[in-house]
Amino acid sequence: MDKTVNQKAWFLVLPVFLVVAFSAVLPLMTVVNYSMQDTFGNNQFFWNGVGWFKELLDPSTDLGGRFLASLGRNLFFSLVILAIEVPLGIVVALSMPREGWTVAACLVILALPLLIPWNVVGTIWQIFGRPDIGLLGYVLNAMGFDYNYVANEFDAWVTVIVMDVWHWTSLVALLCYAGLKSIPEAYYQAAQIDGASRWAVFKAIQLPKMNRVLLIAVLLRFMDSFMIYTEPFVVTGGGPGNSTTFVSIELVKIALGQFDLGKAAALSLVYNLIILIVCWIFYTVMTNAGVERKVQASSEPAVEPKPSAALKPVPALEPREGVA
Amino acid sequence: MHSIPGRRLIMGLFLVFLLLPIYWLVNMSFKTNSEIVSTMTLWPHTPTLQHYQRIFTDESWYSGYINSLQYVILNTIISISVALPAAYAFSRYRFLGDKHLFFWLLSNRMAPAAVYALPFFNLYSAIGLFDTPWAVALAHCIFNVPLAVWILEGFVSGVPREIDETAFLDGYSFPRFFIKILVPLIASGIGVAAFFCFMFSWVELLLARTLTSVHAKPIAAIMTRTVSAAGMDWGLLAAAGVLTIIPGALVIWFVRNYIARGFALGRV
Repeated sequence: MDKTVNQKAWFLVLPVFLVVAFSAVLPLMTVVNYSMQDTFGNNQFFWNGVGWFKELLDPSTDLGGRFLASLGRNLFFSLVILAIEVPLGIVVALSMPREGWTVAACLVILALPLLIPWNVVGTIWQIFGRPDIGLLGYVLNAMGFDYNYVANEFDAWVTVIVMDVWHWTSLVALLCYAGLKSIPEAYYQAAQIDGASRWAVFKAIQLPKMNRVLLIAVLLRFMDSFMIYTEPFVVTGGGPGNSTTFVSIELVKIALGQFDLGKAAALSLVYNLIILIVCWIFYTVMTNAGVERKVQASSEPAVEPKPSAALKPVPALEPREGVA
Repeated sequence: MHSIPGRRLIMGLFLVFLLLPIYWLVNMSFKTNSEIVSTMTLWPHTPTLQHYQRIFTDESWYSGYINSLQYVILNTIISISVALPAAYAFSRYRFLGDKHLFFWLLSNRMAPAAVYALPFFNLYSAIGLFDTPWAVALAHCIFNVPLAVWILEGFVSGVPREIDETAFLDGYSFPRFFIKILVPLIASGIGVAAFFCFMFSWVELLLARTLTSVHAKPIAAIMTRTVSAAGMDWGLLAAAGVLTIIPGALVIWFVRNYIARGFALGRV
């Protein structure tokens, strides 16, 4: 809005452009190049056109079958963890203590899993879930469950999902908490005066205010879970069989395990395209939210809240009437 | 009004859920291997520091931490120094293709590392950087530079424009204004961005492992390889794991109020 047009700003952006282009554009061009060729080793390449892509999208071939199966597993995984992490994250955010040293303590403990190297996250759960030396596996087996994530597909899935919930629910919770904190106290006071129930407060005040952060959380979690690699790889290695082989694991198997450059490159491009589409949605949402934020920021000057801010709660609470 | 009934219980249970696996790792790192394998003990009955001792005295182990720290620090410095001017430009000016550029940056933050593993391997081998901290540091720029730009843009936007204008009227040149006025004003933002660059570079394994073989091997890769060769030395593995958690745990206190902002790319 109030930004001035200045083409010289490109000079300021140039370093970023060069660094990222070096790491992104050059490798991506290699990928495009490979995706059209076949190799029999010795650096000899043969033109293959769109052959790999055809094979990739055809479930009857080996490559296509593997790709589509891992894609399906990955989508299922993403949906399951979203269905668990988002509600759980909201509940945890709502359970945050209000003030005092406990707030900081909770924040730090919540953030702890987010800062652990991903392979160590895998290692932690690998150890924790083992029936012989891990607390979880031991207790479950002692209780009579035949739990073994190495041999049983269902147990492997449960382990990978619980691990992801453990690893990333905090992110949803922290984002929601940040959203909750931005709600002015006046909203709650108005709700109290109106005698609104807790549920009404949640539905009419907290949820709408968390909308934006929730959207960010869902999209971030979707994208990150869609490209998950290290954690399940360390815990299950993609097994038993192929039951927890997600797209990234399949890709690395083909690219670095078999050195099937053409196939891997074609898979990479399709994979990247999916991410790019989701990313575009994410970007649109975020920039719209950014505009909203700037409008809000400009309407309230740096000083104390204006009278209009105190009046705002009333319209925000209107939907309450039906509930109360 | 903020919270829900039973919040203490919920929070308590969730924190236990978060801490229990970590406790188990710490617990195991202080046990002897015979205790780990033979009995199920909730705390180390014969506490030992032998695993930590081994890591701190065996070069093949502790060099992993040094290698990791090298590329992480290099990456943080590169990311922040290129991202700062860009963040200012995105925050203050409109220019040809600015929105597309911003989107392009974001799309790189989201690109799956697995896609880049192989081309990076070829690229860095070709230019002779393979197996150096530089290769990993530059490779990690692909997701850390966009992140730093996004976080810093938020902080720069929080600085009123009047400050820039006054400084220019006072005869500050652009570089001087940038270093003397802007950077101190957004110092906390730089700290937060640096923390997140440090963190994301620290937790990443796939690229770091692919781009190194001997001399720059990160601790994460040493953990996965040495352990399987030594026939599962659980105590040592646990101790190495605990040591990788410590850097994050130490600095998290300083950014606790900005954590959400960092993870949401500065958009909260």
